[in-house]
Amino acid sequence: MIRIISGGMLTTVQDRGRFGHMKSGITVSGAMDLRSYETANRLVGNAEGEAALEATLIGPVIELCADTVFAVAGADLGLQLNGAPVSTYCAHSAKAGDRLSFAARKSGCRAYIAFRGGIAVPPVMGSRSTDLKAGIGGHMGRKLQSGDVLPLGTASGVPFYGIAEKEDFSAPVKTLRVVMGPQDDRFTDAGIGAFLQGEYAVTPQSDRMGIRLGGTAVETKNGSDIITDGICMGAVQIPSDGQPILMMADRQPTGGYAKIANVISADLPLAAQLIPGDRVRFQAVSVQEAQQLLLAQREKLANIRAQSAASRYRVTVDGHVYDIEVRPVE
Amino acid sequence: MTKMEIAKLKVSGDSAILVEFENRIAPEINRLVRSFTMALAGKNIPGIVEIVPSYRAVTVHYDPSFILFDALRKALKDVLAHLDEAEIPPATVWEIPVLYGGEEGPDLSFVAHHSGRSEEDVIRIHSSAEYLVYMLGFTPGFPYLGGMDAAIAAPRLKAPRLKIPAGSVGIAGQQTGIYPIASPGGWQLIGRTPVKLYDPMRAEPVLVQAGDYIKFTAVDAAEYARIAAEAEKGSYRCRTWRKEG
Repeated sequence: MIRIISGGMLTTVQDRGRFGHMKSGITVSGAMDLRSYETANRLVGNAEGEAALEATLIGPVIELCADTVFAVAGADLGLQLNGAPVSTYCAHSAKAGDRLSFAARKSGCRAYIAFRGGIAVPPVMGSRSTDLKAGIGGHMGRKLQSGDVLPLGTASGVPFYGIAEKEDFSAPVKTLRVVMGPQDDRFTDAGIGAFLQGEYAVTPQSDRMGIRLGGTAVETKNGSDIITDGICMGAVQIPSDGQPILMMADRQPTGGYAKIANVISADLPLAAQLIPGDRVRFQAVSVQEAQQLLLAQREKLANIRAQSAASRYRVTVDGHVYDIEVRPVE
Repeated sequence: MTKMEIAKLKVSGDSAILVEFENRIAPEINRLVRSFTMALAGKNIPGIVEIVPSYRAVTVHYDPSFILFDALRKALKDVLAHLDEAEIPPATVWEIPVLYGGEEGPDLSFVAHHSGRSEEDVIRIHSSAEYLVYMLGFTPGFPYLGGMDAAIAAPRLKAPRLKIPAGSVGIAGQQTGIYPIASPGGWQLIGRTPVKLYDPMRAEPVLVQAGDYIKFTAVDAAEYARIAAEAEKGSYRCRTWRKEG
């Protein structure tokens, strides 16, 4: 178990998301930055899809109620263990009574805190993700607050006591690659030109539902209203004011604004780490290229697992089978 | 033109393809959406994560680790080419009991006044049609219904209510609908159903599917209370039948 001493700005339980119910109007939710979430999970040896905590800008203070292994990846929010700075992107053993906290944000927006065994809140519709708007999943369907106690699951894998490649989210201007469509034909040449050549600033009205941008308005041919259809993660919606909105994890599954493009999956983690004031540029790539980039990225993530597996052995002594973990003595 | 020729396949990022039929809202277009959705689901193509039907399009979400764009596009074209031969079961009609007027339908008198009819007439007209569920969205389980008689159309409220109780049945312009969860809204409320259209803890969290039909039926306060008690226990089952034609 872990106890929340302070919830920070917005800390929620998230996994990969609630799939299979978009057709019923149910939001997917899930980790905004799936790459950092997966990295933290793999570092502690969790099975894919175990729930972790997503902390936003100001991290939580957490007291451990039992010995465990944890790892933090994503934004650098100033991770500390018992008041002393410790590294992100690597697994740490910790004892009951230890305190995890965050001093101050250095870069990025969202940090993922994974514990060995995962956050074992009951799944709702097949997912432990918190859907803040519908008030379901996670811990009582809401953000974490002081006094909350969360159960940890039984550890199934072996933690990887190494260091995963750290991502840097500090660049002030980020290039997000996009695949054009499905409604890019609704925009004028000038509108498409503005979108692909302009620079857009992230506004404070950004949240888990959408990252709202401000810059040169993207001009439509005949308005931005379309007959309502599906919205994908990373869809770039252009409402009537012409200012792009990146539709993120808590987006509604359908909507009625034209979508000029979709941020590629490999660059969605970068989008998830944007904070107000950051600037973005868009660059068009083909769908085929986007998919190759995603597959390459997934392969890199799988390597964390491969290295983790290397420290585990199965030996047979006198006919008895033993699983042995090899890890550094602390 | 064949069905395949009127469908357009559009890139919707690297993990979805939008299959778009004619760009208008009409029952015959939505029927194509339903047929395609069912035919595609029946194929069990590995890598398809979710199929989301809407008014005139279907969003096919997929995982590029299992199937890439070019292969999926080909598979979708194949399903479209054989859509005429696909056996699609008739749609389900759901009977939704409604207590009209009173506290449950505070705007019934406005709608009656606006349409120049009696409240009884509004109830009779509203509960006589079978409404097509074009799609679900907006909130969990919110059905976008089509087919309401223009005679009982009414404008939205000038100032939306901050909280509308779950189960409220309303009219906005020529649309009618049900609020599955308590939410803000500007529709004219004419009644309320005790049926839970959405319950996250139920095995099937949302009752009605896109392509189904809803038929409202008027009940009195005693019947409403009886159904509400059953719905609370999870034992109430709506009457359903197969849509004819």
